[in-house]
Amino acid sequence: MPARIVAPGPWTTATVSGVRRPLPRTVQLRLDVDGRVDHLPGQHYVVRLTAEDGYTAQRSYSVASAPSDPLLELFVERLDDGEVSTYLADVVEPGDTFEVRGPVGGWFAWDGETPALLVGGGTGVVPLVAMVRHARATGREELLRVAVSARTLAELPYADELQAAGAVVVTTREAHGIRPAGRLTAVDLLPLWEQGQTAFVCGSAGFARTAGDLLVGLGFAPSSVRVEQFGPSGS
Amino acid sequence: MPGPTRGFLGRTRPARDPRLPPGQYDVGADWPVLTAEPTPRISPETWSITVAGNVEAPTTWDWDGVHALPRSEYRGDIHCVTTWSKFDTQFAGVSLDALWDVARPTPEGRFVMATSKSGYTTNLPLEDLTGGKAWLVWEFDGRPLTVEHGGPVRLLVPHLYFWKSAKWVTKLDVLKRDQQGFWERNGYHDRGDPWRQQRYQGD
Repeated sequence: MPARIVAPGPWTTATVSGVRRPLPRTVQLRLDVDGRVDHLPGQHYVVRLTAEDGYTAQRSYSVASAPSDPLLELFVERLDDGEVSTYLADVVEPGDTFEVRGPVGGWFAWDGETPALLVGGGTGVVPLVAMVRHARATGREELLRVAVSARTLAELPYADELQAAGAVVVTTREAHGIRPAGRLTAVDLLPLWEQGQTAFVCGSAGFARTAGDLLVGLGFAPSSVRVEQFGPSGS
Repeated sequence: MPGPTRGFLGRTRPARDPRLPPGQYDVGADWPVLTAEPTPRISPETWSITVAGNVEAPTTWDWDGVHALPRSEYRGDIHCVTTWSKFDTQFAGVSLDALWDVARPTPEGRFVMATSKSGYTTNLPLEDLTGGKAWLVWEFDGRPLTVEHGGPVRLLVPHLYFWKSAKWVTKLDVLKRDQQGFWERNGYHDRGDPWRQQRYQGD
């Protein structure tokens, strides 16, 4: 198991090894990080960009890769008014370099050894993918139960990998299998519940709040539900 | 310091707003929600705030009790460690000084652990919570503070990164020695001054 690193080291250089744009408005980056320290699945990295005049912008992105992957994989949603995500989505090419710092965060991180229920919405599935990959790499798939939500299957990041891992897939704008279009409900989560699980919930503020409420309603202790959110509240 | 990132221009920036600490951006009208646990439901009728630990008069105020203290407002900026800053916010509640005047920290009491209904904790030096720099607030922009943003009552310490402004706060323990709270145990800084970019332990 990787060491529990909760405070990140200094800024270091990431060299872009691969760029894919698997879905519209997203970019998947494979990075070779100088002096990379193994992360825990669920942790994130900070990316810092520097303009010619010295202006810098930095944002945090969840890691999609397992710690055993020699490269660091980020999966970034392009926000129209985002100055870092638009650069990563529109400009970055293999061979480019920029600064990164990480891994960050000791809370939203799976230890790889205890049962966990993973609940993700949209690009909130990214840190959960790192957990799924880590379980596969260590032969501990039986520890994880996964439920993910997206508008449509085509808009679900890592859809093939998540389905191969047995994830329950909820689509809000189209039917999926025998399940009609609709939001995540307790009925979706109930079959995934097991004794001793820690729940990891990641998505927009609205999704995270709804999923957290569903889990507490199912009997999860609030202290065993770990939440990571992104995006504005809309207020 | 490395050179520029190829092709990175960044936002158009006629002049950097002097209110923006280093590494931050102006989030505009948005107010992102960031919490680590499910959102607790707390009614004003059952909420209370307790000041205890190294104080001469440990005291608990309920909703009516805290409203009987002199109203105090904050107008200004807030800064989140995830790099957004929000300008010209308006909060109303009560200055923490009004609570300290009653509870009276002892001379050995130099640090505070704030605890929320959710179990969230954060540690701060007492001197960051005195002298008109910190509040308990229940109004934002003239309306009751919503539960997503820590309602009914949250801590407000706007000169530090916003994770120090504990949502759903119910207890302030005055300590002789600093102890780490929730994010501080998980890699974040013990003080969190945005102007010195004290984001992570060791910064």
